[in-house]
Amino acid sequence: MAQTLTETAGSLEAMTPVPYAVAAKRQDTYDTWTLELEPQNGAPIVPGPGQFNMLYAFGVGEVPISNAGHFETEERLVHTIRAVGAVTKALCAAEVGTVIGVRGPFGNTWPIEDAKGKDVVIVAGGIGLPPLRPAIYHVLKYREDYGRFVLLYGARTPSDLLFLDEVKSWQRDYDVDLDLTVDAGDTDWKGKVGLVTKLIPPAQFDADDARGFIVGPEIMMKFVAQELMNRDLPAKSIYVSMERTMRCGVGLCGHCQIGPTLVCRDGAVYTWDEVENLIAVKEL
Amino acid sequence: MRAVLAPEALEAIVEVLRRRDWRVVAPTVRDKAIVYGEIASAAELPVGWKDVQAPGSYRLERRGDEARFGYAVGPQSWKRELLAPSVRLLQIERANGSFKVAKKAAETARTAFFGVRPCEVAAIKIQDRVLIGGPYADEDYLERRKNSFIIAVNCGEPAENCFCASMGTGPKAEDGYDLVLTEILDGSHRFLAEAGTDEGAELLAELPQQPAEEADTAAAEKVTDTARERMGITLDRSDVHELLLANLEHERYDDVAKRCLACTNCTLACPTCFCTTVDDANDLSGGAGERIREWDSCFTAQYSEMHGGGTRRSLQSRYRQWLIHKLATWNDQFDTQGCVGCGRCITWCPVGIDIREEVVAIRVTQEAKS
Repeated sequence: MAQTLTETAGSLEAMTPVPYAVAAKRQDTYDTWTLELEPQNGAPIVPGPGQFNMLYAFGVGEVPISNAGHFETEERLVHTIRAVGAVTKALCAAEVGTVIGVRGPFGNTWPIEDAKGKDVVIVAGGIGLPPLRPAIYHVLKYREDYGRFVLLYGARTPSDLLFLDEVKSWQRDYDVDLDLTVDAGDTDWKGKVGLVTKLIPPAQFDADDARGFIVGPEIMMKFVAQELMNRDLPAKSIYVSMERTMRCGVGLCGHCQIGPTLVCRDGAVYTWDEVENLIAVKEL
Repeated sequence: MRAVLAPEALEAIVEVLRRRDWRVVAPTVRDKAIVYGEIASAAELPVGWKDVQAPGSYRLERRGDEARFGYAVGPQSWKRELLAPSVRLLQIERANGSFKVAKKAAETARTAFFGVRPCEVAAIKIQDRVLIGGPYADEDYLERRKNSFIIAVNCGEPAENCFCASMGTGPKAEDGYDLVLTEILDGSHRFLAEAGTDEGAELLAELPQQPAEEADTAAAEKVTDTARERMGITLDRSDVHELLLANLEHERYDDVAKRCLACTNCTLACPTCFCTTVDDANDLSGGAGERIREWDSCFTAQYSEMHGGGTRRSLQSRYRQWLIHKLATWNDQFDTQGCVGCGRCITWCPVGIDIREEVVAIRVTQEAKS
């Protein structure tokens, strides 16, 4: 009886880290680095926009990190990592040539096809920009397939803003309605000061025919979603990327549960409609 | 295929299985509890023992007869044979600036589980669903599961904390076994044996046996009917999903948090709890690393730890996570229930928290409101 289990069992190919070498490395802010990774053998995996990989630092451990690069043309995997724990610190300390392990890609994707022909409103908070970057690249590449493109980006301080030159080049070259803000400015900051939610009321988009993508801390996503709904964008048209502890990335370890859903398997991208009531419950 | 076996035929079961290279694991008495261990003879079964269970309490007592399966379930479940408590998943060695990953060698020890209760058969089916029934499968679990042979034993002696009748998982196993036995103690001590698979039928054919008469099947039916009546229905699962999800902020969780010690016993004893963590380590030279997968528990603070702190810092939220997962959100996640009513979480809770009572406490206020 038990022998027949193999025929119905799921894939066994997900649990072994594949060696990738750090091909290039850039420091983005005081605590954030971007790594470009090349496989030591064969072609790189091709993650969809919004998917994540499990990155393994030798002997230290493994963490889920969103893909941050082009997902169609890139020869390398791109991950932007903030050094906050033992594993992310080890990954950020990896020099060019260092080999790290990669498992993936896992999780679902931003609805970039569904958003075609519509206005796209992207709201990012701090380290929330990199998980959105593959979707941004796609919209920029096929710019004429989409309507207005609003990009609202906020961070705690000016030194927390990522890819600022690149972000400004998007505005310049691709007709992006860009607005930036920081929670607290410094002496050099000439831009807006305040929460990213304040950028939403003046933003120009057609709520009847738009899609909103949000990534940031949960509390930020909650208030941003609320502001977008105040602009009559339906909860079903608003997408967020959720974050929870993960050990396996493939629905087996149990850690990433939020009530009825497993973030690694059913997410990390959800409509606001799907998670609003779950997030509303403290410590669920 | 169906037959009647004398108690002595159990020895033949062990003998035939061992001759066919099966490692036979069965209930045995150790440290004043019934635990699962490898046996070489049916004489090692807990002959004449019963277990007396209550919330936070477990005692073995003599029965006064020669029953081989006159007890319910002990602290361990078959989970430890299939989802092993600790498994080295990977061995990773540095080599020429890169690393080589060696997967753990496939588990090939063929193991016969002798004496699997219907609630545990149900638990194995649930873990099959979770660990190999999704888009990705746990390889170690799959290998162990493929190399398992299940001899179920229907229940005639439910313990105080048993509630499989409430969960629809017992006291009679309907499927999921190779061979099932019902122990009949009505004067003439015998077993009704029924094969569930071809392999089970092959084993049965090798055993000394008598044909099963109508009186034997009726007697076996009576054993499980009596057990079912004795248990009654102590947890109403008809609306428990809606009940728990409609009361996520219920004050009962404050109350249970005052009693719960977050010791994780319930999750370790539970036959369906499947959460694991991985521990990556390297040797002192830094040249070799390994990844160990171990049981984890949603009752620990580390379980939900992320940058910026844990998702579930309070005990209220951890008990709630466990309770709603067992009785509600498991169904949403895996399209199968998460609790089989074995009662281990009640017996092995050091302060005797009873999952059934907690549900009742929430239900009472719900009914008062409506």
